[in-house]
Amino acid sequence: MQRMFRWIAIIAIVLGVALPVIPQIIWSLAHRWLFPSLLPTEWSMSSWEYVFSPSSRVVEGFMNSLEIAVFVCILSILVGLPAARAIALNDFKGKGIIEWLLMVPIIVPGIVSTLGIHQLFIRLHLTNTFIGVSLVHLIPCIPYMVLVMVSVFSNYGTELEDTARTLGAGPIRVFLNVTLPGILPGLMVATMFTFLISWGQYITTVLIGGGTIVTLPVVLFPFITGINYSNAAAISLVFVAPAILVLIFTSRQLGQDSAVMGGFGRL
Amino acid sequence: MNRLKLMEKLRVPMMLFPAIAIIVVLFGGGMISGVGQSVGYFPVIGLNNFTLDYYRDVLTDDGFITSLWLTFRLAFLSTLFSSVLAVAFALVLRHTFRGSRLLTLIYQVPIPIPHLVVATGIVLLVSQSGLLSRSSVALGLTQTPRDFPVMVFDTAGVAIQLTFLWKEVPFIGVVVLAVLKSVGPQYEEIARTLGANSWQRFRYVLFPLMLPGILSTSIIVFAFVFANYEIPLLLGVRHPTTLPVMAFRNYQDPDLALRPQAMAISMILAVVAIFLLVAYKRLAKYAVES
Repeated sequence: MQRMFRWIAIIAIVLGVALPVIPQIIWSLAHRWLFPSLLPTEWSMSSWEYVFSPSSRVVEGFMNSLEIAVFVCILSILVGLPAARAIALNDFKGKGIIEWLLMVPIIVPGIVSTLGIHQLFIRLHLTNTFIGVSLVHLIPCIPYMVLVMVSVFSNYGTELEDTARTLGAGPIRVFLNVTLPGILPGLMVATMFTFLISWGQYITTVLIGGGTIVTLPVVLFPFITGINYSNAAAISLVFVAPAILVLIFTSRQLGQDSAVMGGFGRL
Repeated sequence: MNRLKLMEKLRVPMMLFPAIAIIVVLFGGGMISGVGQSVGYFPVIGLNNFTLDYYRDVLTDDGFITSLWLTFRLAFLSTLFSSVLAVAFALVLRHTFRGSRLLTLIYQVPIPIPHLVVATGIVLLVSQSGLLSRSSVALGLTQTPRDFPVMVFDTAGVAIQLTFLWKEVPFIGVVVLAVLKSVGPQYEEIARTLGANSWQRFRYVLFPLMLPGILSTSIIVFAFVFANYEIPLLLGVRHPTTLPVMAFRNYQDPDLALRPQAMAISMILAVVAIFLLVAYKRLAKYAVES
């Protein structure tokens, strides 16, 4: 009985995960694939050539997405890390309100705040700029960074830091040699989430970037329901590449460190 | 000494300030600007009188109620199906068996994959000329694309649900699995020696352990699907559509007079989302305690 369930689960997971991926890989290499053939009758690399040609704007979109996501990650770490530490390791008046304030952007739909911000950014001349787009990406990113890091710091003892300080280490050394190694696995997962949230943003980028800031999802979007399946598939596979890299780097933390994922239990 | 004390007192506020400031200015500013526009403060087109007319217009529109119901239904069903499947898979994956580590890794693959990529894959898979339709011809079940059931651009939103399911099952699953793995098998063993059958062990031992994780992740999933713009736009029908799509469509309309209405829809969307999630949290708290 248990063996049967196990086999059902194995087949369901492997097949379920692979099924939407398989046609994308095949289509990206297909030149002629008429219904009802199960495989293309002619293969070609033309959609991959298209992807790397400047006219598709895929490379440009990739670089813009990457720059924005890295910038958003750095800012999220800089402001999120101290906030998470303050919340996790201290009791203070108004802590409930602060926590609620930092969580509310996860609950309130991003499209709602972005529609309002659009008007503000027009006045501040932040629409159609790199900074403007990065700033709207920050709104959902900071809460996730804080959420995961609060749970990391909650399971983190400050005794080692105290010892290091007693032994004469300055604040920068304490952070680099004691704090950072202690929180690094959690920080990696939090940064991964932050990166992917920014990487996947579509509507906020379109609204604030206004067609000037072209990120990869903006390039991909019109292709998804377009008529050129091969180009859609190839661009989509480019879009997924960094996500796979990120997964490989952090899968160990995701699978085993319940403290990190437990961050979501605080919501 | 006094300066040191002051520094100590200011330490926590200083650590919190940058994050709070960004959220308050950007998010708070956006919300205030949105509320302003929704109640008739939109000087660009000469509106600056307070009015609730836009809310009345929106709320009495039949299309709005249909959209609200569609948005809720999609979010509710996606969350429900994802949670059930996540629990089922967690029950299998918590055991160690040959290949279980690899299987868990495969299970996590969807987590970092962007929704737009999933949508692309789902279209190529389940559309009437997609891979499944072709397979069904190969198996002799259907002859033409038209024989295959409509799953993309359909009123039921099958492709939309499949996209969310593919993404969210592992997300809930990983959290639940982490809990089960950290607890280990000892509770279950105790229940077994006390004579509990496998259903009882699930109902009274494993499920209560998983419940907090399920509840907290399903809140995120529900909020995400409820607010999602691109998936229903890409894979759903044009009418009726979901509230985020409706709000954005009105906002992008060349007729600027529709903007306050767009803002009213968007504010109602926010209020409904907050209300549903607060209600859900209450319910969840009650469920965990009892």
